Amino acid sequence: MSDSVIFFLIQVLNGVQYGLLLFLVASGLTLIFGIMGIINLAHGSFYMLGAYLAFYFAAHTGSLWLAVLIAVPLAVLLGLVLEGVLFRFLYKRDHLYQVLLTYGLILAFEETRSILFGDDVHGVAVPGFLDFSVRLTGTLSYPAYRLFMSAVCLAVAGGLYLFIQRTRAGMAIRAGSVNREMVQSLGIDIGLVYRLVFALGVALAAFAGMIAAPVASVFPGMGNQILIISFVVVVIGGIGSIKGAFWGALLVGLADTFGQVLAPQIAGMTVYLLMAAVLLWRPSGLFGRAA
Amino acid sequence: MSRSRLVLGLVLLLAIAALAAFPAMADRFYLQLVSKIMIMAIFAMSLNLLVGCTGLVSLGHAVFFGLGAYTLMVMSPPDEAASLWLSLPAALAVAGLAALLIGFLVLRSSGVYFIMVTLAFTQMFFYYVTGSKALGGSDGAYIYVKPDAMVLGVTPFSLADRVQFYYVVLLLMAATYLLLRIVLRSPFGHAIQGIRVNERRMRSLGFPTFRYKLASFVIAGTLAGLAGYFDAAQFGFVSPDLFGWRQSGIALMMVILGGMGTLYGPILGAFALVLLQEFLMDQTKHWLLPMGLFIMLAVLALPDGLGGLPGQLRTARRRLAVRRA
Repeated sequence: MSDSVIFFLIQVLNGVQYGLLLFLVASGLTLIFGIMGIINLAHGSFYMLGAYLAFYFAAHTGSLWLAVLIAVPLAVLLGLVLEGVLFRFLYKRDHLYQVLLTYGLILAFEETRSILFGDDVHGVAVPGFLDFSVRLTGTLSYPAYRLFMSAVCLAVAGGLYLFIQRTRAGMAIRAGSVNREMVQSLGIDIGLVYRLVFALGVALAAFAGMIAAPVASVFPGMGNQILIISFVVVVIGGIGSIKGAFWGALLVGLADTFGQVLAPQIAGMTVYLLMAAVLLWRPSGLFGRAA
Repeated sequence: MSRSRLVLGLVLLLAIAALAAFPAMADRFYLQLVSKIMIMAIFAMSLNLLVGCTGLVSLGHAVFFGLGAYTLMVMSPPDEAASLWLSLPAALAVAGLAALLIGFLVLRSSGVYFIMVTLAFTQMFFYYVTGSKALGGSDGAYIYVKPDAMVLGVTPFSLADRVQFYYVVLLLMAATYLLLRIVLRSPFGHAIQGIRVNERRMRSLGFPTFRYKLASFVIAGTLAGLAGYFDAAQFGFVSPDLFGWRQSGIALMMVILGGMGTLYGPILGAFALVLLQEFLMDQTKHWLLPMGLFIMLAVLALPDGLGGLPGQLRTARRRLAVRRA
């Protein structure tokens, strides 16, 4: 194969890898909205939190794996606590108040981060046995860690699909998004379902931040960046649809990657133009229920 | 009802009188601070037309604020003043036109989609300005000389003079208030308020609701451009942060804090929030943490904002009395 074909393939790999990472964040966002009816601006903060936890524990334990093992339960715990003390008061409130409360939460998170970790950019080392590149041709190669990331994200996406489509808990979640009262009258504790979904969303976003840390580094404002792109993903895919989040994330990942290669002048804008096009064509997203 | 209205009118008159008399006793710092607050109040009032009156929760209103500010920067020659009478209409036109285009796109969505889409558009502008060398990129750009109000060889007022700038802004805030009052009492105003309550009903009554919402979006965008223009004129500096989602969020908070849907609420909210911000900034470098906590608390405890506080206290007192009896 010629180098230009390989180069193209590398961009596709990059785009898919970024897309899969976005899916982990966007799926939680869309789940929390689809089932609990909550728009959560602070969702990006969980991604940031994951990255900083990975940075902190990896520096102290010397291993990213140990860091992930410690940090994921912490993220789940945080999700349960936040649901219990803040988000449960938002279920019946207008979106406007949800936006503002979670906006306040972002400010609090960002500033706590600044107090605890400072405002510098930090790096996290790629785990030793993955720290090599796969040779593609004489001049081009691809880092193994990125391939690993894509594989892990795919595995998580597959697991999520099986969990929601094939298990009883998943059935309760799907039912809860359609008719809350009916689920309750069947004897399922909907409050518990909400708590679990929220914690699952937090854990997914935080996990995405952890495995992205060696590639994307750890820096202030990283949460808001990913949040807004995840919104674009959710808008393109259709709010509340996991399938939509998956295809939307891949589309956005590829559009962003190829935008940077083909049109560097407007690189930052490509995904938003894509979103505008989808809005013109299908205002409720590719997989959304028609409004 | 009419008594509370009378009280409200009196309070407003007193407030305007106090603001008009303020320069006589204030020093430079407070004069600039209150000018800044009044500019933010114009911005918040324009957002309130969308959020409180039309029922459109926009997280991208800063786009028009930023466009107003950047229009002044682009039209200011280096080391010379731009003409107020050219650059201000241009800023309003740019903001209004952008609102027409963006509104056409974003108003196709509604509810939670609308929130996300407006946020995404604000980010698109942010990236564009950050990446554009001609606009100063991420560092922003300076406007060295304030716009000049000379017309036909006569200069009726000077924006470079701090006190005169203050009065111009006060006048504009009052004018915005009156304009919105007229708009809301017109048949158009009744229609958009009907859309907020129940859009489907308005449509089946034969109202072209999309066009009404678009008109409301354009008016709000133009007024936000006005605020942005004077923000740039006051500080002589523009940066991509003017487009940022944080700017939109602050304006939204002012609207809610003051009391949504009332005309004076956003003014109240602007004063409360900016003063709180100044106070917190004096206390600590990490003022955003208490600010965030305050916002969360305000959302949970003051659903009707400061403007609704008297009513909230009244119900609480009544409930307490009932419990005692």
